[in-house]
Amino acid sequence: MSMTQKYVGTAQRRVDGHAKVTGGARYAAEFAAADLLHGAVVSGAIARGTITKIDTAAAEAVPGVVKVYTHENRPRTAWLDSSYRDDVAPPGHPFRALHSAKIMFSGQPVALVVADDFETATYAASLVEVSYDAEVPKTDLDAQKGQSYDPPKKRSGVEPPPKPRGHAEKAYAAAPVKVQQEYRVAVEHHNPMEPHATTVVWDGDGAITVHDKIQGVTNTQGYVTGVFGLSKDKVRCISPFMGGGFGSGLRPQYQLFLAVLASLDLERSVRVVLTRDQMFTFGHRPLTIQTLSLGAEPDGRLTSIIHDAVQETSHFEDYQENTVNWSGLLYKCDNTKFSYELAKLDTYTPADMRAPGAVLGLYALEAAMDELASATGVDPVELRLRNYIADTDQNTDKKLTSKALRECYTQGAERFGWSKRDARPRSMTDGRELVGWGMATGVWEAMMQKTSARATLTGDGRLEVATASADIGTGTYTILTQLGADALGLRMEDVTARLGDSSLPYSPIEGGSWTAASAGTAVQMACETVREKVFKLARQLDGSPLANQDLDHVTFRDGRIVVTNDPSRSVSLIDAIKSSNEGKVEAEETAAPSTIQARRFVSYTHSAVFVEVKVDEELGVVRVTRVVSAVAAGKILNLKTARSQILGGVVMGIGSALHEESMLDHNIGRFMNHNLGEYHVPVNADIGPIEVIFVDEPDDKASPIGVKGLGEIGIVGTGAAIANAVYHATGVRVRDLPITIDKLQGA
Amino acid sequence: MNRFDYVRATTVADALRAKASDSRSRFIAGGTNLLDLMKYDVERPTTVVDITHLPLTDIEDGPDGSLRIGALVSNSRLAYDARVQERFPLLSSAILAGASAQLRNAASTGGNLLQRTRCYYFYDTGTPCNKREPGTGCPAIEGVNRIHAILGTSDKCIATHPSDMCVALAALGATVRVEGPSGERSIAFADFHRLPGDTPQVESTLKPDEIIVSVDLPAADYGPHHTYLKLRDRQSYAFALVSVAAALKMDGGTVAEARIALGGVAHKPWRDESAEALLVGRAAGVDAFAAVADHILAPAVGRSENAFKIGLARKAIIRALSQAAAGTPQSQVDKRVQ
Ligand SMILES: Cc1cc2nc3c(=O)[nH]c(=O)nc-3n(C[C@H](O)[C@H](O)[C@H](O)COP(=O)(O)OP(=O)(O)OC[C@H]3O[C@@H](n4cnc5c(N)ncnc54)[C@H](O)[C@@H]3O)c2cc1C
Ligand code: SF4
Repeated sequence: MSMTQKYVGTAQRRVDGHAKVTGGARYAAEFAAADLLHGAVVSGAIARGTITKIDTAAAEAVPGVVKVYTHENRPRTAWLDSSYRDDVAPPGHPFRALHSAKIMFSGQPVALVVADDFETATYAASLVEVSYDAEVPKTDLDAQKGQSYDPPKKRSGVEPPPKPRGHAEKAYAAAPVKVQQEYRVAVEHHNPMEPHATTVVWDGDGAITVHDKIQGVTNTQGYVTGVFGLSKDKVRCISPFMGGGFGSGLRPQYQLFLAVLASLDLERSVRVVLTRDQMFTFGHRPLTIQTLSLGAEPDGRLTSIIHDAVQETSHFEDYQENTVNWSGLLYKCDNTKFSYELAKLDTYTPADMRAPGAVLGLYALEAAMDELASATGVDPVELRLRNYIADTDQNTDKKLTSKALRECYTQGAERFGWSKRDARPRSMTDGRELVGWGMATGVWEAMMQKTSARATLTGDGRLEVATASADIGTGTYTILTQLGADALGLRMEDVTARLGDSSLPYSPIEGGSWTAASAGTAVQMACETVREKVFKLARQLDGSPLANQDLDHVTFRDGRIVVTNDPSRSVSLIDAIKSSNEGKVEAEETAAPSTIQARRFVSYTHSAVFVEVKVDEELGVVRVTRVVSAVAAGKILNLKTARSQILGGVVMGIGSALHEESMLDHNIGRFMNHNLGEYHVPVNADIGPIEVIFVDEPDDKASPIGVKGLGEIGIVGTGAAIANAVYHATGVRVRDLPITIDKLQGA
Repeated sequence: MNRFDYVRATTVADALRAKASDSRSRFIAGGTNLLDLMKYDVERPTTVVDITHLPLTDIEDGPDGSLRIGALVSNSRLAYDARVQERFPLLSSAILAGASAQLRNAASTGGNLLQRTRCYYFYDTGTPCNKREPGTGCPAIEGVNRIHAILGTSDKCIATHPSDMCVALAALGATVRVEGPSGERSIAFADFHRLPGDTPQVESTLKPDEIIVSVDLPAADYGPHHTYLKLRDRQSYAFALVSVAAALKMDGGTVAEARIALGGVAHKPWRDESAEALLVGRAAGVDAFAAVADHILAPAVGRSENAFKIGLARKAIIRALSQAAAGTPQSQVDKRVQ
């Protein structure tokens, strides 16, 4: 079928940009409802113990307060844990707000105050008096890691560590060159701009419309129906926009539970918005203590890789992510051994945060590879090329659908000017500052998930493409619009993408960088069916100039179906649609990964990140002055939104390497710097030029449209590249990120 | 946030009367600190007295090159005032090292002096804190204290004063002019902020019934020999871990007069006149600067997480004095440390 791509593969502005900058885009806390009530959450002060008394009298006495919910008067909800398990829940007992007097983490919601307005609710919430029987919390992973265990139940979607290959310990012992180090990255919170919020609109008759901050309305819908015993037709979820998620919006959070609880009980519309501080009371990137042992020949060829990780989780769930497996995948090595264990802390369950597992695992692996480069005297890029494995995943013995990582190394190095690097640490300077050049590899899974989409051509010649999927800021609206426009030869202005509504065709949560491949394919398929249908209609028109044509010999262009080698013969889409009985042409299709192919192939996105830092050594001040990120991610649908994804990922990687840290007070088990003034993300002054290269990577298996996904790869490897650059500049290895000024104070 | 009455004062006398009539009232100027504290339920005033309409918005020339800065002059206006930029560039530089453009537009001179510490526990009513609730204890001493004080602490409180502007004002020997029911008085800058001692809740010598009306700057002439060097966790929009305001009068290569104040290290801007005296008559150079730094930091005490500040402050003092002696003040635009 000949399909010209006018928009796909080019740089296009966001179709939702105007709505976003003018306030037209509505977020969860911005939906209006008649007689809306406002709920304020009271957060607990202790990390472990029991509520002995909760006095709500003063709050209830405030005029305008409608009701105060605590564990003592909470309306009944589902009994079984399974009813609370959302689509991405790890094994365990999902947290239930106001379930009992038991406190399991600091900041646990202990009451919801519902009032006529936000101010009253907030004020009354400050009057709720809670007394506790406090126990000493255990939140220090170093103290608890001795109690670590192999999680008995594996989290769905997360591969457990692969079985050992060869004899890793023996090979390590015999290796002429050895590197063995411990690495860690501080706990991070996602800190999206938009706080978590839910507006529940009471539609009457037991039906509600839920506007939730979520990376996928189907997860919210499933959770609400399960927990509150409602049927699907009573719960519609509409969340067309999200102000940043980074994984924090994958799982339904407690504000959703509380808002729905109050709405159903009061039979009123209710909104609950968390404060910035409360954003530190649920998921975070887990603290993970990793040990990397590399054995190699003097020429740098790896003979052994041993990667061990102990990661925190909560007492109620076994959160798991894929941290160590990357070390068996990325480089050729015949002797590997991995372990991944959990240790329980009195904190909330950790959560997926942009490239979960990979950010941590690749940091450790790529920092260790840099140490190996130093130990062997092999250039860091050359070291990686010497261990390059072109087409196989040794963990699974499956073939890779494509891997243009070699091109990432060469093109990234070229653009960065890597060949001018003096390998000796401390050898490059700029005035008073030491200059360091470091690099690292990134890798992330390229996945596809079962997703449905609908395409509708209406009588006015416009196309609507629709799926329940979310646009979490990544540009999903835009790429689906591009795909639809190209499939039917329309202008992008004539195409509307609809997302974030549970009444639309099914889509899973937006996460794992799979949405472009999955929703993109589904939209493409639906559009192809519409193409066929509308072509048939056009051919059947009386005296149709297309009468004897087939689809392969026509072109969809400018709202018309044109005979490719005789453009004087054409039919307008509008005329064709008019002839249909419904006055529109519609198709719904479902895209799913091929199971046959999955038996033989796996797919990954790769990157090579090159970083320049300048360090005022005496004072310990580090600046990232230049980054080049070369990415191989299959087909790039939109050069502009794709680049933005990588830029954002790199910036977040800079944050992880230099700034971000949620500081836990182990005496009270509480994260203390719980606001954006004291939890530091990079600001403009911290970011220098970032160059993004997309290397060519044709791939017809990763997904039918050749797309691999880009939401996460930008952050992976960036932390290691920065740490490696800091070493190159200063000769100092800092093995616990972030590299803050105190860690570079030297002797 | 609690419920409160709002009163707008248009004269100083009005403001004082409103304050006197309700012991739990608070003045609000830019509100950049007070409102946050109210949202956190740390401050729960029954009346908020809006003083932004008081006629305290001028920067006036005094005799002999001195300057009188009205309490309601915004941080931005002050930093960009031509007289300040020319005659008190150290003050301008310190202000521009702080907060963000938006905050500086809103923040007032008086409010900047009286802004509260950034100690995490102080802002979190879920934790004890002697400053917020006297007698409940100081969890920072054994807890998360990376940003806390190393000088002049007590076993009741180790919080810092977070202002950048005040560090320059301390170095420049400003005077705080205040007005109360019994009239006006002036407080030397060094006496304005207090050390925590046994009463960390009392942060200044301003009495509850008084208002700041101006900050007075004596004439200064350090030419290019000044600097404000701020070290922080990111290159902009973070409070100082350590900052140094330095101003020197040079006589060739010899120091004729020295002013040095530190921020981020104590419950008040930390000026040590005995250290300044050590420099007078000495040749400018790392040896002399190191001796000064060691003198200033001799009483410093580090805790579990903030001990690094002692070494960092030493290096910062040396660097700042080097910048000042060379007449190459730290730029607040180019974020590279010079
Ligand atoms: C995110 C953030 C980052 C910041 N970063 C920095 C930084 O890097 N460096 C820095 O120096 N500062 C920083 N600040 C603090 C900022 O400088 C102060 O909040 C500001 O100067 C306070 O001034 P204001 O007029 O807004 O005070 P307000 O909030 O109005 O008042 C503060 C206090 O002063 C009292 N008050 C105000 N005026 C008078 C008066 N005339 N007489 C008596 N009492 C008075 C009020 O009653 C109140 O108790 C930051 C603030 C924020 C929120
Ligand atoms: S340092 Fe001071 S402000 Fe901080 S917790 Fe201790 S007493 Fe409170």
